[in-house]
Amino acid sequence: MLEWIWLVPLFPLIGVIINGLFGRYLGHKIVGILGSTMIGLSFITVSIIFVDLLKLPPEHRFFTKTLYDWIVAGNFTAQISFLVDPLSVVMMLVVTGVSFVIHIYSIGYMHGDKGYSRFFTYLNLFVFAMLLLITADNFLMMFVGWEGVGLCSYLLIGFWYGDNYNAYAGRKAFVVNRIGDFGFLLGIFFIVVTFHSVNFQEVFGAAAAKYTIGAPIITVITSLLFVGAMGKSAQIPLYVWLPDAMAGPTPVSALIHAATMVTAGVYMVARANVLYTLSPISMALIAVIGVATAFFAATMGMTQFDIKRMLAYSTISQLGYMFVGVGVGAFAAGIFHLMTHAFFKALLFMGAGSIMHAMSNSTDMRMMGGLKKKMPITYWTFLMATLAISGIPGFSGFFSKDEILWQSLAGAYGNFWIWLVGVITAGLTAFYMFRAVYMTFHGELRAKKEIAEHVHEAPSTMTVPLLILGVLAVIGGYIGIPKILGGSNPFEHFLDPVFEKSLEIRHAAGLVPHISGESARVLELPLMGLTFVIVLVGIGFAYLMYLKRPELPGIWTKKINYVYQLVFNKYYVDEIYETLIVNPMAAISESFLWKFVDVKIIDGFINGTGNVVRGTGRVVRKWQTGFVQNYALSFVIGVVILVFYIVFM
Amino acid sequence: MVNEWLPVFIFMIIMSVVVFVILAGTAFIGPKRPNPVKLSPYECGVEPVGEPRTRFSIKFYMIAMLFIIFDLEVIFFYPWAVVFKRFLSGSSFILIEMLIFVGILLVGYVYAWKKGALEWQ
Amino acid sequence: MDLIIPQINFSAIAPALTVMITAVVVLLIGLFFQKVQRELLAIVGIIGLIVSLGELGRMWGKDITGFGGMVGNDNFTIAFQMIFIIAAFLAALLSLNRIEDEYVSYGEFYGLLLFALSGIIVMVQGLNLLIVFLGLEILSISLYILTGFRKMRADSIEAALKYFLLGAFSTGFLLYGIALIYGTTGSFSFKGISSYVNANGFTNVLFVAGIILFLVGLAFKAAFVPFHQWTPDVYQGAPTPIAAFMSVGAKGAAFAVLIRLFVSVAAFSTREWTIAIWVLALLTMTIGNVVAIVQQNIKRMLAYSSIAHAGYILVGVLAGNEMGRSAVLFYLMAYTFMNLGAFGVVSYLGISHKVENLRIESYRGIGYKYPFAALAMAVFMFSLAGVPPTAGFIGKFYLFSAALKAGFVWLVILSVLNAVISAYYYLRVVVAMYMQEPEEGKVFELPAASWGVGLALLLAVLGVLYMGIFPSSLMQLFQKTAELISML
Repeated sequence: MLEWIWLVPLFPLIGVIINGLFGRYLGHKIVGILGSTMIGLSFITVSIIFVDLLKLPPEHRFFTKTLYDWIVAGNFTAQISFLVDPLSVVMMLVVTGVSFVIHIYSIGYMHGDKGYSRFFTYLNLFVFAMLLLITADNFLMMFVGWEGVGLCSYLLIGFWYGDNYNAYAGRKAFVVNRIGDFGFLLGIFFIVVTFHSVNFQEVFGAAAAKYTIGAPIITVITSLLFVGAMGKSAQIPLYVWLPDAMAGPTPVSALIHAATMVTAGVYMVARANVLYTLSPISMALIAVIGVATAFFAATMGMTQFDIKRMLAYSTISQLGYMFVGVGVGAFAAGIFHLMTHAFFKALLFMGAGSIMHAMSNSTDMRMMGGLKKKMPITYWTFLMATLAISGIPGFSGFFSKDEILWQSLAGAYGNFWIWLVGVITAGLTAFYMFRAVYMTFHGELRAKKEIAEHVHEAPSTMTVPLLILGVLAVIGGYIGIPKILGGSNPFEHFLDPVFEKSLEIRHAAGLVPHISGESARVLELPLMGLTFVIVLVGIGFAYLMYLKRPELPGIWTKKINYVYQLVFNKYYVDEIYETLIVNPMAAISESFLWKFVDVKIIDGFINGTGNVVRGTGRVVRKWQTGFVQNYALSFVIGVVILVFYIVFM
Repeated sequence: MVNEWLPVFIFMIIMSVVVFVILAGTAFIGPKRPNPVKLSPYECGVEPVGEPRTRFSIKFYMIAMLFIIFDLEVIFFYPWAVVFKRFLSGSSFILIEMLIFVGILLVGYVYAWKKGALEWQ
Repeated sequence: MDLIIPQINFSAIAPALTVMITAVVVLLIGLFFQKVQRELLAIVGIIGLIVSLGELGRMWGKDITGFGGMVGNDNFTIAFQMIFIIAAFLAALLSLNRIEDEYVSYGEFYGLLLFALSGIIVMVQGLNLLIVFLGLEILSISLYILTGFRKMRADSIEAALKYFLLGAFSTGFLLYGIALIYGTTGSFSFKGISSYVNANGFTNVLFVAGIILFLVGLAFKAAFVPFHQWTPDVYQGAPTPIAAFMSVGAKGAAFAVLIRLFVSVAAFSTREWTIAIWVLALLTMTIGNVVAIVQQNIKRMLAYSSIAHAGYILVGVLAGNEMGRSAVLFYLMAYTFMNLGAFGVVSYLGISHKVENLRIESYRGIGYKYPFAALAMAVFMFSLAGVPPTAGFIGKFYLFSAALKAGFVWLVILSVLNAVISAYYYLRVVVAMYMQEPEEGKVFELPAASWGVGLALLLAVLGVLYMGIFPSSLMQLFQKTAELISML
């Protein structure tokens, strides 16, 4: 069945073609079922591939299927080729599985929307691109998927195009991501120059063979690639687009901006683990940026009243955790958290969508409360996800987050401060998540009467997906129970072959975990307990402030007003960007480069600027002599400079 | 090659500067007491009257252009005629070539005729 | 006096001859049968184009020269010619659009389009500066007239006059350059120049000046900064299909000659020339991109974008290796599809002279009203921006890889940055089409697209996607040409 890997992205593509071309004539029902079925077929195919892969001995779990030679230029070749190994299979399972559930959810959520077929076309296109990204066996093809998912993301953010804000948000996402893509593309160019190949096996093989730890060119490449990851996975300083991206429909937020696309950066780093292992500087950079993002995003999440924006900051924060994981060399732990996060974060967003559905699209948590009774399924599933993300023992998030925290202290690249900030962030996470639960589901409903009357549980197309993900959010972690808790961590062992080479490099360089053997056994459990206590403290504060004594937040925020305002306004980062980068850029291009350099200096060297240049589309009654003369003058100046330069230099 | 040409460029620069200085100087320093006579263009004592741009009928240009084109055709015939005989003994290509040339001109002529470029109306 | 009859080899110029004869035929049909449908004229023209394509195919790999070494057809040249013929083909189809009804006489229109193409072919074939000049003039004069073809519109006439004046100006430079080159080397042929430089280098100032003036003449045609300023005005005023053809044809022809010159004169790879072209390329793409950002008129935006693309292609020329040359060909082919396609959509959406519909703002909301045109436009915009998996992405990747291979690391970094910036204004069109409501009271109704426009857009979309998804066959073809480029 491994041979048939190309079917996995093909199914969504078929969905795109049929829904894109004929969707308008098919009727909503067929469109929705078709779109979901295609993803379902992909999921089934992946499952079969997964089972087949398990049958092979671990060291042979590697397979590539080449369709054709894509780019052949001299001795450089890039192929359209799919890679099946444990890492890509895990990713495929997560992506197709979560996508499938969200597709079904969308059938209900998007019910009656006039862009129904368009929505499913984009969604299928997204899954196609994401699968390309994951299954690519070279950097260029990965880049195709990388750009493709970005494209779908912008299209879907601006999906309800009636709203100008949405178009703005879409464009913001695009621009920020372009900065990241710039880095990514440059990284690929440097890979081409350095290795004369973009194929993963060739590049990693050559890198391991030719370079030792700390080689500068590898650091350049990995840092540039990480710039791409920062953009796509919303890390400091390129995270600003993600909260605005919540303008899109909620299933999109769940699928693209929480579960799958934004994790592409983590996947890329894990995929290129050999390169990153060779560059401790890049690794440290990733870990530091990851932990800083985790912390700051969590603080910003604490002050949000918009439930979707709060979840967006939570996503940024959790992505930070994943980067901490891969940054400290615990690639498997990062991917593990990626997977569990996909479950519970998709669930949280879908729960939020269900609430919005009931509350006439209101997202303000101050207007909610007491929804527990009216929406029991949504409440219980939301609570499961909250417990999972908070890291309550027994729920999926606990296992993955704890693995990362432990590695960030004990691992070969571990560091006490990273661990400490990570643990504090865990407490903050629990606080803002329970704050959300208390504000929305407990207490009294604060909404207007006409809205309150309409509050109801969502239809079954929406609640069934909630339940499925609810189960996954609870049990998803049990495939990765660490040794210390009596498990065998099959998840990590499954991924081992992918990261084997990195381990070899590390061993060769003498990098071993800081804490191992007896002391590890002694330390790990108490630290787990410590984290749990901090989490409980966070929950306790949330309980105190938002359920027991609701007047407290007001009093406290007054006391620390400056800090609160700073955090509430998201550290004024958007404003800083606006003043420091966006406005000057616009000013430069508008007033300097265009108005001054081109129009004034080159264009209208002395005076008569042509009407056609200044106005747009204005019909000029007479052509102006001065006009053409000016053009000719710049022409002559160009010639003179050229002659001067060539003759005298 | 740099040094030998450097004086030329220096000369060019000085020249430009001098011209600029003189023109600017007269503009700034010179006394300006204009009167109508002074402002009128000098035309050999004749009083300038009427619009400076007289309009000619576009047909003059048409005829002039057509004349030039067909005149050139005739001019091309001369050198051709001089060598014609010697070449013809080798191959008849020289004859065919001129026929092609005349043929192209004929197309142009027909085009001009049909378009009414030859009619004075 | 002994006269030698030059070896006359008509097969060497068969494609150009075919195009010229077709042009004359189209002209005469239009003249004698005034009532004839313009579709028929277009079809006759297209048949001629297909015949000449066939002739080029026959000449492939044979290195046919003729007229005493004045013209030559190595594979590199043939590939260029094929690209231009395809461009003319698409432009002819696009001009069948209903809104281009304003042209009074279609016989002249198609005739001149074909004459312009024949000029390009002659120019590209020329192994001799005089032939290059001849081709350039045939091309330029045809384009001057075509630019002003919408006689009733002031902006069209203004554009034509500007183009003519500046074109004549630049031709003066070019001719003066040729004269200086001839004066110093005693030869008009590239071969002669090559052997002169090999013997003497760039020591003679008059020769250097001649080369520079010649290059400036080409730079004008290819619209490098600072010789670019006519471009937006002319593109805006010219009939849209002609602007589209110009952006590929006139530019590409200049590149073909430029590459021939650079390949024949190896000494151009010296440091000072490299730096000069380096700066020129960077300036061209940067000014083009940055100024395009603030444009409100889509034709002006595409004009500045075409300036930027000339900058990218110049990077490939600068690379100077075989990979660079085949990348230039590949990019030009890709650019033909995406740019002609984009102009085609503009022409289709440009409705009539009553409502000027060229502001980017007026594209708002058309994504749902005219889904196919909008989808095509989106594909072209993404391709121009270099988003995979389109031809534009592969082309840029190919060009920049070639430049990297030649060691121009910083230029590539800046070029990629430029490509990133450019995405902003291309996306603006997509955003307007798909993410914004139509302007109040500005909902416009379009007539159904004519078959010509539909076919042209379909071909362009397929071309862009094919070259993006299956680029390798075309690449290998172009690589064969780059290896065989012969100076004869």
